[in-house]
Amino acid sequence: MTSLFRTGLPAYAMVVGLLFLAGLPVLAVWADNIFLIDLYLRLMILAIAAVSLNLILGYGGMVSFGHAAYLVVGAYAVGIPAYYGIYNGFLQFAIAILASAAIALVTGAIALRTKGVYFIMITMAFAQMVFFTFVSIEEYGGDDGLVIDTRSEFGGLLDINDNFTLYYFVLASLILTLGLVHRIVHSRFGMVISGSKGNDRRMQAIGFPTYRYRLASYVISGAICGYAGALLGNFTNFITPEMGDWVRSGELIFMVVLGGAGSLFGPVLGTAMFVLLEEYLSRITQYWHFPFGAMLILVVIFTRGGINGMFRWLGGRIGLGARS
Amino acid sequence: MSGAFLEVRNLYKNYGGIAATDHVDLDVRESELHAIIGPNGAGKTTLISQLSGEVPPDGGRIRFAGRDITSTPAYRRSLLGLARSFQITSLMLDMTVLENVSLAVQAHAGHSFRFWKAARSESELVEPAMEALRSVGLGERAHDVARAMSHGEHRQLEIAMALATRPTLLLLDEPMAGMGVEESQRMVEILRNLKGEKTMLLIEHDMDAVFTLADRISVLVYGRVIATGTPEEIRNDEAVRQAYLGDEVA
Ligand SMILES: Nc1ncnc2c1ncn2[C@@H]1O[C@H](COP(=O)(O)OP(=O)(O)OP(=O)(O)O)[C@@H](O)[C@H]1O
Ligand SMILES: [Mg+2]
Repeated sequence: MTSLFRTGLPAYAMVVGLLFLAGLPVLAVWADNIFLIDLYLRLMILAIAAVSLNLILGYGGMVSFGHAAYLVVGAYAVGIPAYYGIYNGFLQFAIAILASAAIALVTGAIALRTKGVYFIMITMAFAQMVFFTFVSIEEYGGDDGLVIDTRSEFGGLLDINDNFTLYYFVLASLILTLGLVHRIVHSRFGMVISGSKGNDRRMQAIGFPTYRYRLASYVISGAICGYAGALLGNFTNFITPEMGDWVRSGELIFMVVLGGAGSLFGPVLGTAMFVLLEEYLSRITQYWHFPFGAMLILVVIFTRGGINGMFRWLGGRIGLGARS
Repeated sequence: MSGAFLEVRNLYKNYGGIAATDHVDLDVRESELHAIIGPNGAGKTTLISQLSGEVPPDGGRIRFAGRDITSTPAYRRSLLGLARSFQITSLMLDMTVLENVSLAVQAHAGHSFRFWKAARSESELVEPAMEALRSVGLGERAHDVARAMSHGEHRQLEIAMALATRPTLLLLDEPMAGMGVEESQRMVEILRNLKGEKTMLLIEHDMDAVFTLADRISVLVYGRVIATGTPEEIRNDEAVRQAYLGDEVA
């Protein structure tokens, strides 16, 4: 736990942020603005996806341009069983995780044989294959998508048809995901992933079969993102293949980089800034894309290590600096 | 089966029509320090890279500790006890000095599919790593980021990482390249301390270092071994003098 606070200000900011998230439903009811819950639900679900992407992108140096595909797979793992009247949440989430892991295993096994731009292109191509697969299946609505009339059921343990319950379920999922990724990146496994990002050739020379570790991290990342997809399917009630479009994958990358790739909380901060800016700017003006893009680019250019890096720098100035 | 620790037979590597390794035969005996000298571009690094498994040879065999390793991947050769250092420093620059060496220890401490325990607090990894660092005089720098160190210290870290894998054979590619006089002397000291304990194949341009440290020397010119012998024999070898040494050691 103490090691969590080693990063100084970003960790404190995150604690404040999580407390804010925990109190938000109360705030929303008090302000008579139930819409806030929907906004932050989406934010948190995308944050889980961004955290999963960060595991391979930030820590492992693998720029997957196809991560949104796992969101779609996860969403359809809820939608397709629901289409046949199967609402068992344990089953749906298990399918979401296992199907995503399986796809990550197969596509990763091929993509990880390549590097740099080729890796980016191949992950993108695989994601487009997933996208067009769902588009082509008429039975599940093709590109019109699929309505999920009933959310996942957890045998009376938890009723996520209630938006408040879903909200706290997602918040708990986000915290658990952060905890999981924190453990993984500091473990032996995580050290191999980071080392391989730093210098793969040297890692092999000192005795690591790096390929299999990188592949394993790719599978873990895909599985977590599939889980986020199952949450997203439940949240939106209406799923389309478009959720896995390459533009969405690009947005996930942007959230990670914006927040600070390779830092634990960065992706959450990046997702928050992305989602909130998009939301409020688009309300002010219909020409919001330009200021939106400009603001994001400024953050990326003028902060080293994204928002997380900015907090670290600030923390150093006010005596909440990083310790090593 | 003759008993050289490392046996290279008829090794061949072609780069775009140029034989970088030209039918090389080489025997490195157990616990000797065997130096390879040769002019720039003679194929010394290419030879080491084939021995370490990074570059596949076009022909020939390599045997190490009685086992044919010609097509064994690099990581497995490391696990068999073969370690190399790089002529051009090759480190994980964004990690700390200690993390670099800890990883080398970790690679040889069973599989790394361990997802939970914090690796930095595992004394099983940190202690051997610190020991390797102290043995090359980098104990004080353990917690610095590798990028922040001097060139000479990077060279020392290269050696520490190789040592941390507990190798039986060390392949050292110009460990003193780009070092100042004082740093070179320290490196010679480090190698002298390892002598007898580890088998070493040393590539080095610093002739003083080579002739004081080596038990035997092989001379590589245009990818070919033109002579092998004791420092004394090499010094007096006519072909070597003509092809390479010139008046330098006369
Ligand atoms: N990857 C490569 N592709 C093409 N040619 C190469 C490659 N690596 C080495 N060569 C060529 O092979 C020959 C031997 O190179 P090598 O680096 O092994 O020499 P060296 O003896 O280590 O030289 P130096 O003393 O400068 O380090 C050179 O002619 C070089 O240009
Ligand atoms: Mg060389």
